[in-house]
Amino acid sequence: MSDDAATTGKPLFTPFNVIAGIIVVLGLIVTVLRFTAGLDAVTNLSDYNPWGIWIGFDLLVGVALAAGGFVTSAAVYLFGMKKYHSAVRPAILTGFLGYALVVIALNYDVGRPWRLPYPFIIQQGTTSLLFEVAACVALYLTVLFVEFSPAAMEWLGLKRARKLVVRLTILLTIFGVVLSTLHQSSLGALFLIAPAKLHPLWYSPYIPVFFFISAIIAGLSMVIFESTLSHRFFADKMDEAHLKEKDTVALGFGKAASLVLAGYFIIKVIGISESNNWHLLPTNYGLWFLVELLGFIALPSFLYAVGVRDKNIKLIKWTAAWTVLGIAINRLNISLIAFNWHLPASERYFPHWMEIVITVFLVTLGILAFRFIVTRMPILYSHPDYEDH
Amino acid sequence: MSITRRKFLGWLGAATAGTTIGKTANAASNKQFSGYPNSMGVLFDNTRCIGCRKCEEGCNKVNELPAPDKPFDDLTVLDTKRRTDPKAYTIVNRFDAVSNANIKGPLYRKVQCNHCLEPACASACFVRAFTKTQKGAVIYDESVCVGCRYCMIACPFEIPTYEYDSAFDPRVMKCTMCSPRIEKGLLPGCVQSCPTEALTYGKRTDLLKVARRRINKFPDRYVNHIYGEKEMGGTNWLYLSAVPFKEVGMREDLGATPAPKLTAGALSGVPIVVGLWPVLLTGIYAMNKRKEKIAKEETNLAVAAAVEQANAEAKANQKAEIEALNKMKQKEIDNAVKKALEEAAKPEDEDEGDAQSEKAEKKPSEEGS
Repeated sequence: MSDDAATTGKPLFTPFNVIAGIIVVLGLIVTVLRFTAGLDAVTNLSDYNPWGIWIGFDLLVGVALAAGGFVTSAAVYLFGMKKYHSAVRPAILTGFLGYALVVIALNYDVGRPWRLPYPFIIQQGTTSLLFEVAACVALYLTVLFVEFSPAAMEWLGLKRARKLVVRLTILLTIFGVVLSTLHQSSLGALFLIAPAKLHPLWYSPYIPVFFFISAIIAGLSMVIFESTLSHRFFADKMDEAHLKEKDTVALGFGKAASLVLAGYFIIKVIGISESNNWHLLPTNYGLWFLVELLGFIALPSFLYAVGVRDKNIKLIKWTAAWTVLGIAINRLNISLIAFNWHLPASERYFPHWMEIVITVFLVTLGILAFRFIVTRMPILYSHPDYEDH
Repeated sequence: MSITRRKFLGWLGAATAGTTIGKTANAASNKQFSGYPNSMGVLFDNTRCIGCRKCEEGCNKVNELPAPDKPFDDLTVLDTKRRTDPKAYTIVNRFDAVSNANIKGPLYRKVQCNHCLEPACASACFVRAFTKTQKGAVIYDESVCVGCRYCMIACPFEIPTYEYDSAFDPRVMKCTMCSPRIEKGLLPGCVQSCPTEALTYGKRTDLLKVARRRINKFPDRYVNHIYGEKEMGGTNWLYLSAVPFKEVGMREDLGATPAPKLTAGALSGVPIVVGLWPVLLTGIYAMNKRKEKIAKEETNLAVAAAVEQANAEAKANQKAEIEALNKMKQKEIDNAVKKALEEAAKPEDEDEGDAQSEKAEKKPSEEGS
């Protein structure tokens, strides 16, 4: 990732390119297998376990980690925190690619992907939370595409179109926040219908709120995490404003993440109280729940606070990575680990290696697309011919 | 980052609106759906079941399902616990440990779709592939199914199965209560082939009475519970058992809440978010914009005032300078005049000296004027 063959003429066979190439080839082979031989040939999905990592990781984790787009654009354009302006474009791009990959992953997971538009054009199952998720994800992907488009238009020199889109910024931002609130929370609400299958420590009537709040945390942490990686690999693409604002963004977003994590910790504890599940804590699942609650919510909240107080950017960056991991674990707990906890081990799910290949393949595609775009379009710098918006 | 009072209030409002998600909308409602009137059902009595698998065979035949790996008269398949699968809408499991002393031998449990009064699968389907018919059956329309398998997540009885091995037209497979047959007035396949009347088909309301009567007549034989009367809001399929239902692999912790009620609260939050968020966010945006505008105006005013003051001071300075300059020049003139007069007053002055002094007198006065 440190070098870019496409624009600088450096050798094509760098270690990163070779590994990415192998993953892409493997991914394409499994893709062919998936669409010619069916889900059974490449997954461990079963009648007890209809959802695997393509939903648990690619959809649930993917959408949560792509929340940086709406969080950053709301902070800058609606809440008036202009000093974080340089973080908007990378966050929107990460969000857009994240959602695009979610939709691609869904095409692998559902039985008849060519029917994905059916819920909108044939029959609307409006009593389903999945309908809400589908509608919001489809609309939000469009919003993110439009929000991202000025960068592409600057690259292509489409001045008039860009001017038009930039005028819509506030409208798009508000629309994005509304849609994100809805589908981030609905992804959690999907599990409200299965109290008999999800472990009571994770099942809660507040699960939509938990999902929304933790998505904000994921979004804030991903912005810091992504900026760390970008700075490491694409520092040459960054202009002065980005380099200067980098630490401001880490401090500001770290502070916000610390506060939101503290609030999240409190509502999680209220959740245990509401369902009166204290007696479940000294069980195996209870201990795992405590690992999540203390290790991935309370601890990062504290570490972020220390990092901001001491202006310790390094600590903030590591905490961001830790928090992102914690949110991923939370989503996997709810969809896979604590789901179907009542079943004997022989009937539980563990991903097939080819399912993992597809997931890694899609993440690799995302990284490649990110690299392709930031090395060409004004994402990490402001285009000299255009004013910031 | 400084938090102003206005910003804080904005966030407080946002947080308040956020908490409206997740409340149970119908918690205080008196609306209740207790099934379509005259809907049909089946009562399964496990004290009468002999585990002959004839119901499985009947089901397989009327639904034209593929032939099983082992023939239906092979009872060794009962040695392992099974579940419904895409090739079997119904299966029978054997339970050897029997805690009721009045019952001899093992007990059996037939598994198939329970046909909920308010089905979780139908509530969860985002393309309305499931329908609850007036007769009570929950049926599936494969022509619209996308294959998301959320119905399988939602079903508390773990009934729907999926044709994972099909690449191009996988279907959700589950018992239809033989809906096409019961619409024609025929019995469901399993009921028709049961040799021991372990299965009774009839109106659900009648079946409840039959079940209650059996419990009252043989209180030692049955546990005092009709499974399916209340479970998940009630099902069209009902069960009687000689032992607690847990012992024959049926969950007793499902509760009496129908599945749609579990998600009603979250769904009711949607219009609230759609209605309130834009207002709130536009408000926050407007407040910030106004704050910026006022700050800009204040800056402009301050700048203007500063400029004016600077101008006034500059003018005053200029005036003073000019005056000082004039004064200086006047002094020079005076000095020159004085000097000239002094020179003129000297007695030993010659003509040349006179002429020179005249020049000297003239020059400064010219410059001064």
